[in-house]
Amino acid sequence: MKASNDIWKERFRGKLPEPIGSEVDQFETEIELRKKGKIDEKVFAETRLRRGAYGQRYDNGHRYDGTESRTLPYADKPTKGPGTIWDAPGMLRIKVPFGGLNPRQLEVMAELAEEYSDGIAHVTTRQDFQLHFIHIENGPSIMRRLASVGITTREACGNAVRNVTACPLSGVCRDEAFDVTPYSHALAWFLMGHPDTMEFGRKFKPAFSGCGQHACGLTQMHDIGFVAAVREVDGRLQRGFKIVVGGGLGPVPRQARLLTEFAPVEEMLPLTQAVCRVFGKHGEKKNRNAARIKFLVDKWGIEKFREEVFAARKELREDPRWLDMIKGAEQAAEGPLHPPGKIPALNGDQRLGQWVASNVRDQRQEGYVTAAVTLPLGDITAHQLRSLADIVTKYTRGTIRTTVEQNFLIRWVSKADVPALFADLAAADLGQAGAQSIVDIVACPGTDTCKLGISSSRGLGGELRNRLVAKSYQLDEAIRDLHIKVSGCFNSCGCHHVADLGFYGVSRTINGYKVPHFQVVLGGQWENNAGSYGLPIIAIPSKRAPDAVDRVTDYYVKNKEKGERFYAFVKRVGKGPIRDLLEPLNQNLPSHDAEPGLYSDWGDPRQYSIGDIGVGECAGEVVSRYQFEMTAAERLVFEAGLDLDRDAAQSAGETAYKAFIRAAKALVQVRYDDVSDDPDEILAEFRERFFDTNLFHDPFVGPKFANYLFAAHAARGEKFTADTAHHRIAEAQLFIEAVHSCYNKLRSTPSPAAAGT
Amino acid sequence: MNLQHLIVKIPVDGPLGIDPAKVVDVFHKWVAAQSAPGVLLVDVAELLHVPKGPGVVAVGHEADFALDDTGGVWGALYRRKTLLPGSDADRLAEAFGAARQTAARLEAAFGKELRFSRTEFEILVNDRGIAPNTPETYAEAVPAIEAALRAVLGHGDFRLSRHDRDPRDRFGVTVVSARGFALPEAIAD
Repeated sequence: MKASNDIWKERFRGKLPEPIGSEVDQFETEIELRKKGKIDEKVFAETRLRRGAYGQRYDNGHRYDGTESRTLPYADKPTKGPGTIWDAPGMLRIKVPFGGLNPRQLEVMAELAEEYSDGIAHVTTRQDFQLHFIHIENGPSIMRRLASVGITTREACGNAVRNVTACPLSGVCRDEAFDVTPYSHALAWFLMGHPDTMEFGRKFKPAFSGCGQHACGLTQMHDIGFVAAVREVDGRLQRGFKIVVGGGLGPVPRQARLLTEFAPVEEMLPLTQAVCRVFGKHGEKKNRNAARIKFLVDKWGIEKFREEVFAARKELREDPRWLDMIKGAEQAAEGPLHPPGKIPALNGDQRLGQWVASNVRDQRQEGYVTAAVTLPLGDITAHQLRSLADIVTKYTRGTIRTTVEQNFLIRWVSKADVPALFADLAAADLGQAGAQSIVDIVACPGTDTCKLGISSSRGLGGELRNRLVAKSYQLDEAIRDLHIKVSGCFNSCGCHHVADLGFYGVSRTINGYKVPHFQVVLGGQWENNAGSYGLPIIAIPSKRAPDAVDRVTDYYVKNKEKGERFYAFVKRVGKGPIRDLLEPLNQNLPSHDAEPGLYSDWGDPRQYSIGDIGVGECAGEVVSRYQFEMTAAERLVFEAGLDLDRDAAQSAGETAYKAFIRAAKALVQVRYDDVSDDPDEILAEFRERFFDTNLFHDPFVGPKFANYLFAAHAARGEKFTADTAHHRIAEAQLFIEAVHSCYNKLRSTPSPAAAGT
Repeated sequence: MNLQHLIVKIPVDGPLGIDPAKVVDVFHKWVAAQSAPGVLLVDVAELLHVPKGPGVVAVGHEADFALDDTGGVWGALYRRKTLLPGSDADRLAEAFGAARQTAARLEAAFGKELRFSRTEFEILVNDRGIAPNTPETYAEAVPAIEAALRAVLGHGDFRLSRHDRDPRDRFGVTVVSARGFALPEAIAD
């Protein structure tokens, strides 16, 4: 707890914008009540989440130190939520609607990173900021200091409307229909604390894009997406949005579906309010694993969902803010500080030339450019933030944006200023070239700070970045623009589904030890607003993931057709040959004694673990039968992916179902040797031995993965579309991962048979 | 004055002679052994990908320890997070002692490859609310800092210079002492 907490409270008393100021006061009171045990821990947990105060790894008071799990001896105080120690550090997420910031806000972010965190501010894939290692009792001071410059953490986490993201090129893009900035700003503040958003069963993520074809807005992977469009009505141009709903990444990604092809801008706020009302009223509440809006859209179908939304729209009470909040939007524009110009001769300055080629892009407005500021893994120091504030003041009218690729974008830079801007950025160690290229790797926090992390996404991201930067100028031009995105688990915070080369963390047991792995995900598309999602093709040891990048990119360079993009290449050659290329990375793995580094993760020398589970003592024969069956299951799910690639959706769905059954059988066999190949019997045995006993329940998502199996079995004989087959494959892969987890758990506890029961 | 949340950083003597990534392993051992007296160590943050940044940090509840590269100067850093009782002099003595112990332990871990200064260190107040970076704060803090340093160093042969390059920086001073200071015997990992 900081000595200055009362000082900040007094300094800002009555001076903060409402309702943010009152919100912070309320939160402070709730902290005190919780300390006295007068608020239930679950209620307090949701309260703090809705203020952006999130959990962090080890906040349950346990930590694996490389040999065993140890208790962190925190003081005995009330919890911050179920199983969450009061004094354990947490993460604070800070909302930045459409990524828009000004210099003073950058300076405050720098102050907070220094005084309350570890000196680093982290830009997220939702254009937010995150600070780590925050003590809950310092939260109100941080929030007051943010509120004093117009920033809130409200509803940055929890079952709420999350940060409203928008294309960072809005207003300056050559291809946009119009500038979506004022509309994204209006939506963010209209929905914040709105009564129709209070009953959500899960989070709700909106995004804006100025066009349909580029990736910047990623509308297809959002709960609700707005794509700017203009149509002619009675000879006049009318602004509006194509609105899509029900998209999302996560374990089982969904492409958003069309709600309406065109809604006039005047209908943006009321129609969104109607969507929120329908989601709040009819969305799942009890099963949090099926509570996102995508599941409601799945359950009803888009036609019924659309009917309900438009019916709800008719019932809404008129709200003057629908129009007031977008008043003047057509005239809104940031504009330049300096007159337009031309980029001066670079005079052979190689660094400047490389930076201009990769990071500088022409605006729609003649004589101006945008300049990307690449951040390694989304991290920036306090000193750099202050330098950036100075730079933004010097070259613009005081605006900058964060991006979903965890970078900054400076806009409205006169071309004449480009060399000077680069020099100033480079002086602050912010002049790294390679924006949106293969070296500009996106990674979620993973095992560094996230409670759900399985493998070190930032560790792998950093290692890949180091290797690729070192040879970036020798890289073939074809692979320079590939996107690599890394998630620490299947939840996809690193957006691995929409990368050219995606990775997500999983674990495997090899030679009796747990080994960090990454699933390699191919077939995703960043373009077309995240137009398609990839599928995993093989899990490889974490330490061999860089070799996988080398192999795949070399293969692409050697075998691509002229002008063929990576996405198209993967589609043409199929995932089979690429998997074959990577398969050797799983073979002849050295023993723990011979190569202990393989058994730890990137940037973390501890013996790898996914928790407190030790090495089990399971009989070798059972292990070999298990591995055999699981290898078959993994092969089947891979083959299902191949079927999908060749447009054989029916076969793909049916093969994915077989993978489910094979994996279930593998697990059942561990406890019941004589199980037959009859799916009904396998299901019955699985249910009795693993589901009803809760053995298969995941600590975070409960019975979710088992339910995938039951649903697939119940739906035997169904007709598959490409979409439903894709879902079935993804679910089968997740079920397989869950079987591995359950098997690992079994190995650490004696079986009933072994115990003579 | 109420000098809380002090940071003390002792710079390396000359260029950094080690691969800073190796400190990750050292700090993990500290956490495993919980070997920082009076501090509950929680985790290790490796931030070497950020130039001139926090380097490698052993994150604790009461305090952090780091091999820090802020400003492009490597050094052994101690950062107090929770409140400390006592006088300003007491708190400064505690922070300076912990920073010297951090330096001693890191030197012990790396042998001759790593050596920290015996004549220079920085003191920062990591709280702008109680100590904005102004001449007034400096005027108010100097007596407390000087008194504490005389007690800790055992002499008054030192110079203070305020960090006044950018008022947005945290309040801080650099201390240079020709007679210098010793590092304590390193406690075991």
